Amino acid sequence: MTVATRLRSRHLLGIADLDPGEIELILDTAVAMKEIGTRTIKKVPALRGRTVVNLFFEASTRTRLSFELAEKRLSADTMGITTAGSSVTKGETLADTARTLEAMSPDLIVIRHAASGSPHLLSTICKAGIVNAGDGTHEHPTQALLDALTMRERKGRLAGLKVAIVGDLLHSRVLRSNVLLLTRMGAEVRACGPATLIPLGLKALGVHVTTSIDEAVKDADVVMMLRVQHERMYGLFLPSLREYFNLFGLTPARLAHAASDVIVMHPGPMNRGVEIDSAVADGPWSVILDQVANGVAVRMAVLYLLAGEELT
Amino acid sequence: MMAQATTAHVLKGGRVVDPRAGRDGHFDIRIENGLVAAIGKNLPLDEARVVDVPADFVITPGLIDMHVHLREPGQEHKETIATGTWSAVVGGFTGVACMPNTDPVNDSASVTQFILKRAADAGFARVYPIGAVSLGSMGDQMTEMGDLRAAGCVAFTDDGKPVATALLMRRALEYAGMFDVPIIEHCEDPSLKGDGVAHEGAVAALLGLRGIPGVAESIMAERDISLAELTGGRIHVAHMSARQTMRAVRDGKSRGVRVTCEVAPHHFTLTDEALREGAGYNTNLKMNPPLREEADRLAMIEGLRDGSVDIISTDHAPHHADEKALEFDRAPFGIVGLETCVPLCLDRLVHAGVISLSRFVELLSSNPASLLKILGGTISVGAPADLTVLAPDAPVTIRTATLVSKSKNSPFDGWSLRGATAATIVGGRVLYANPAVTDAARFVIT
Repeated sequence: MTVATRLRSRHLLGIADLDPGEIELILDTAVAMKEIGTRTIKKVPALRGRTVVNLFFEASTRTRLSFELAEKRLSADTMGITTAGSSVTKGETLADTARTLEAMSPDLIVIRHAASGSPHLLSTICKAGIVNAGDGTHEHPTQALLDALTMRERKGRLAGLKVAIVGDLLHSRVLRSNVLLLTRMGAEVRACGPATLIPLGLKALGVHVTTSIDEAVKDADVVMMLRVQHERMYGLFLPSLREYFNLFGLTPARLAHAASDVIVMHPGPMNRGVEIDSAVADGPWSVILDQVANGVAVRMAVLYLLAGEELT
Repeated sequence: MMAQATTAHVLKGGRVVDPRAGRDGHFDIRIENGLVAAIGKNLPLDEARVVDVPADFVITPGLIDMHVHLREPGQEHKETIATGTWSAVVGGFTGVACMPNTDPVNDSASVTQFILKRAADAGFARVYPIGAVSLGSMGDQMTEMGDLRAAGCVAFTDDGKPVATALLMRRALEYAGMFDVPIIEHCEDPSLKGDGVAHEGAVAALLGLRGIPGVAESIMAERDISLAELTGGRIHVAHMSARQTMRAVRDGKSRGVRVTCEVAPHHFTLTDEALREGAGYNTNLKMNPPLREEADRLAMIEGLRDGSVDIISTDHAPHHADEKALEFDRAPFGIVGLETCVPLCLDRLVHAGVISLSRFVELLSSNPASLLKILGGTISVGAPADLTVLAPDAPVTIRTATLVSKSKNSPFDGWSLRGATAATIVGGRVLYANPAVTDAARFVIT
């Protein structure tokens, strides 16, 4: 693996655009950033004078707060826009919103949007660097990076790890980003979900696909549970959440077949009793709160690497 | 009415390709009063003005695009009958059949008459309106097909969506059968299509786009082929894209069902892989049916090669740039096709050795004329002189900015191809001579 010292792109649109060296660079930078969060004064001047716009077109609590905190810890000037308080509700198009923001010369725009490819559209319009904070069912790159940081911290490596990802594979941007990152870094990924929620073409990404959670979890070093949304029953994907839990819910009994030092992850927000038993979510395996803490560090790293590059 | 040339002209020495007349060779064509007066070797020139046709030019019966959205009435910001028929002429088409999903829908004779009046006023390509199967294309009540037929409709469809129920399709096939006109079907099972925006496959999975499986198309085609078999009616499968549909149409043909099908150039030149190019998510690659995968593209090519595909049509679907400058999910389906069709077909089919020039003429002229029972499709003495002149070896670089259609939503910007329209002649009038083709100016004869 070549050691990267900077990112090739000025955007982070998806894990698909990163090579293994760049992924390592972000993770290593995040480790350094994490130390800042342990200080009494949790702030460095790395992005002083830089403007970051947080453009959230979709409800988000943890990702938005995590980005805001990361920006503040790097001393960036930040503005937040959510759909409720913007011209979008007055019928403005995404392209026009982007041009309006562009006129204010931001350095970075962090975007969360329900339509896949929205950050890509922005990247063709804006001079600012674009950070994808989740686009539709496409990618959520900073989530995959924080997951990787968490795995690396706990397991000391990514290569060779057996990672089971269980849940709604079809609609999950977390899945896509994680699969791209983990396969790129040499982990063995098993993806598990009901047959109705498995996208065509997942196997082609080098993933072992199964509808048996026991098969996915067996000897796994990491079990990552994905959220299953209530509305999936209406698209005829699932008969009931009760049945979902019976077939795919992660319980201590199922987890017993995993590696003895297995860790359990969840990108949140969790549906207790649907995809994950509370005994697992709150149990000793759970690293769910580590993920939240690492989220801030990873986002600091990404913002710094994209906008802090020319700092002297 | 269209003004007609009064002097006689002779197009001298071009290669004439007219499979229906069994003609492929160098002939002279004499045009008088807008009609073909004679065709043969070494015609007497007497008083006529002579156009010396370059030997490498090909004269064909006027090309006909039987699947065009002219958008008028109601969506004139995308296209008008005048701009759309001019785009057709520039693309080499002397006639177009226009889809009824306008606003209001072409479900009554008054709308049909309006379209024909606008077309005549414009005086470019001939326009053959297609009427709706159901009122408002809502799938409830059948339109007055007799009245629409009398007003000039050449077929019926609820294009944009499938005919809503099997019962309505059955009745439409039976009823339209009285007038011997086909039902054109936008084959798509609505429940399988759902809110999909791209072909369901590896690319959509990677890009996080909701998928439309190929079988959404073939299942509806199979329904309709079965109903055509039951009723003896004529079913035409519009803009076929999936290999499963090709198989269904072949099966239907082999057991004698009156089924025909058309393919659009984008479905035999592009696949969903194009969605990953550049920044990705180019909304000019969003159309319905969607760009499918390589196996589907090859199935279309094979159908074109072996004769299973009857017609090439463009599904010309203009949309304003503002409408396409949206998130992929929100942008409308469709691309313009009239001005890119001839170069794409010549380069990717004829020069690539998939089909002969003669088959090209069948797919783009003879067969649509036969299917719709309209003028043309062959060059015959006494008929209006609707002719397309091709420069099969002329280099073309597509520039969407220079398209004459009111809309520029094409994914072919920058494509370099071999084969161009040199001139388009409608009713004996040279409406267009391509300034980018050497010697095409010879056709400017006034």
